[in-house]
Amino acid sequence: MDNDTSPTVAPQATLDSSELVGRGNREGNRLFKEWYGRVSSGPERGEKAAYVFVMGSAAELLESFGFNLVLPEINGLQTAVRHVAEDYIDQAEGYGYATDVCGYVKADVGMQLRGGEHPMGRIPPPDLALQTNVCNTYIKWGEIWERLYHIPVVTLDIPGSRAAGRLPGRGHVDYENDLAYVRGQVDELVEVCEQVSGRRFDQDRLVQAMTYANSMTRDWVRVLELNKSRPAVFNAVTDGTVYLGAVNALRGRVEGADYFRDVVEELEYKAARGLGTPFEERHRLAFVGVPCYPIYRKFSEMFTQHGGIFVGSSYTWFASGGWSTGYEYDLAHPLDSLAEGLLVTGRVAMDTMFHVDRVLADLTEPYGIDGIVFHAIKSCRTVSSGLADSRRAVLEQADVNALLLDSDHMDPRVVAEAGMRNRVDAFFEGLETRRLLAGARS
Amino acid sequence: MGTHVLDDWRGLSLDELLRHCRDLVEDPDYPTVRRWREAGGKVVGHFEVYFPEEIVSAAGLLPVKIHGAPIEARQGDAHFGSNLCSIVKTSLELALSGRLELEMFVSHPICDTARNLAAVWGRNVSYPCEILYLPQNATSRHAATYLRGEYQRLQRGVEEIAGRTVSDDDLHRAIAVYNENRRLLRRLYEIKRETPWLLQVDEAYVLMALGGRIPREEHNLLLTAIIPMLEQRGTAPQDRMRIVFEGGFCEQPPLDLLTTIAQSSYVVDDDLLIGLRWLSEDVATDGDPLANLATAYLDHSSYSPVQHDDRKPKEEMLLRRIRESGAGAAIISAAKMCEPGLDEQVPYVRALEAEGIPYFVNEFEENMTSFDSLQIQLETFIENVLFADAEV
Repeated sequence: MDNDTSPTVAPQATLDSSELVGRGNREGNRLFKEWYGRVSSGPERGEKAAYVFVMGSAAELLESFGFNLVLPEINGLQTAVRHVAEDYIDQAEGYGYATDVCGYVKADVGMQLRGGEHPMGRIPPPDLALQTNVCNTYIKWGEIWERLYHIPVVTLDIPGSRAAGRLPGRGHVDYENDLAYVRGQVDELVEVCEQVSGRRFDQDRLVQAMTYANSMTRDWVRVLELNKSRPAVFNAVTDGTVYLGAVNALRGRVEGADYFRDVVEELEYKAARGLGTPFEERHRLAFVGVPCYPIYRKFSEMFTQHGGIFVGSSYTWFASGGWSTGYEYDLAHPLDSLAEGLLVTGRVAMDTMFHVDRVLADLTEPYGIDGIVFHAIKSCRTVSSGLADSRRAVLEQADVNALLLDSDHMDPRVVAEAGMRNRVDAFFEGLETRRLLAGARS
Repeated sequence: MGTHVLDDWRGLSLDELLRHCRDLVEDPDYPTVRRWREAGGKVVGHFEVYFPEEIVSAAGLLPVKIHGAPIEARQGDAHFGSNLCSIVKTSLELALSGRLELEMFVSHPICDTARNLAAVWGRNVSYPCEILYLPQNATSRHAATYLRGEYQRLQRGVEEIAGRTVSDDDLHRAIAVYNENRRLLRRLYEIKRETPWLLQVDEAYVLMALGGRIPREEHNLLLTAIIPMLEQRGTAPQDRMRIVFEGGFCEQPPLDLLTTIAQSSYVVDDDLLIGLRWLSEDVATDGDPLANLATAYLDHSSYSPVQHDDRKPKEEMLLRRIRESGAGAAIISAAKMCEPGLDEQVPYVRALEAEGIPYFVNEFEENMTSFDSLQIQLETFIENVLFADAEV
């Protein structure tokens, strides 16, 4: 993310505010339902399903082979938002999975045991599964499908940063070693895709998907950058999650490219006119972690009712698969560039979880952040294990208030709403005091 | 060999030796590592599961295997969230409390918590902390070449700490020492498998674990002396069930838990500290040493829930371990909050049920101190199995 570039926006006089404002959310939701419909009805058209994850999906390649992408993490969060996650989790626990296993995994196991029954449609079983090591649980998850369906399950191994800030680039011996490994695995993945799909690799189709993906990436970076505006033009947790759905589900598709072009148009329009979210903006916040989906609306309201608006979110970095970094494919060398894109974005996704303190410290000033909310969730050790320590590190580097909450993104049994609300209220008391003191000083 | 870190143990009886080893393994102040440092030596700590210690040893440094400790994580707790396994907290505690002083710390992407551990550790100490990215696509045609490059990267870091370069000859010599160590550990496990009344699981454990905190040359001397003593031990066989213990690949169960199990059964095989026994065959001592180590890691190695390898489905590997050790039952354990371990319990249990092999499922934590309930449950399990066998 380029923190030095403030958005420069020219007012666009001909656009109708009622059509534009909120269009990203309306269209995002419509396209999302349409996508679920396409995935659900895929088997009727003889289309095959590839199970992938939001980090390292290689969507462009799978798209070029005509696979319908199934995103199990999104399936999981949809059950939580619709308050049925516990039913699925119970079923998986009855099957043998422990209470301490990731809620996403258990919701998926429950869904598989029900033959794909899901609130958004009927999810087809996988013909192929692809997992990266960006989250280790992905690998264990893939092993479950391997056992249930005896399908090809490919692990795409993406070496991450070896230490904080140690990011060798092109030409460095370590970078080239990592890149050669990922490049080799991409070739192996192509072979598997050919076998499962029954199609030959088509470079033109890949380049087409990459062209759409490049457009989406440019616009995604612009979307995130536009929230430097005051007031913020979108809530990075709620609106941001709608955008993330499109980033992942529509990656490499024309609908995705069109959608993000429109979102940028909407947000530039708002920025130029000083239009913010529907809520008063008293405190600009950053969010770290995964939202609390079992009480999604109430969770957001805990902050907006105090005038707390999330202007940035680590979720928009890692759950977009690291595409927030702005990496664009070199269309002249599609497979080489696909491999490099997987390496670079996978590494960014990991860094924004394991070394999030460094990213936050850089974000605070350009985005005018007053406070940071760390949301540790029981299910996800990838995101949550280091949050307590990251919080300590950030507080040493940046002049902000910070709050650490514990709950879950899936399992309502782990979400203690009243306790969270108390802590959030206290956090805002601190922010208000800070504001008063700053006012007195000035 | 250079520095000796063990007290003179020659002349001690077998029981005295075993007690001495147990005391050293249970001592969270790592007296052997302190002695190494007092002699001017440098130390590289590495977290579970597998680490190519040969590279560190070849540079004249002491590799130390860090696998938590039975201590209170007074400082370590504050750096981690809730709902996490104990081992990451107590391991960090060893560093923050000054019990274990290092020049370098290496973790591995074995699980999501361990990857965070390297970052947390690095934010709180001044020496280098990093992740060694062992390949998770073990069947890729490119994995061995990649891993060789990764080992080369590690070697460069180690050379910087050591202040000297490491030659291929240095590596060949270290590999030879470790080959001897692997041979001795295999012999130890043969004794446990073939004559389990001669060597209890907790005794075998301390003999093996000590290797992770002393120079391997010294460990070889100790094992070479103690193995004949074990072979000539006068313990009589008893009518006990032969059991495989599975679930000790990362966080370790307390020694008293192993002692409790040993009171009612013979543990004829296990995955305790499997990283120390990961390479199942000798590594070639000629040619490209890093390439040899990389190939051995991928192609001549054991299994664990934290390594994905299509050639080694974990439940099939467990069944093989049970068959090859002649066990009649299995203890399927997992450390509390250990997601990979808990995930694996499901296919393990299903495979055992399909094969009609009795099993006992439990969870442990390295800091647990009460074993009465476990003992009763285990004895009941064993009686049930024996009773069912008698009915047949």
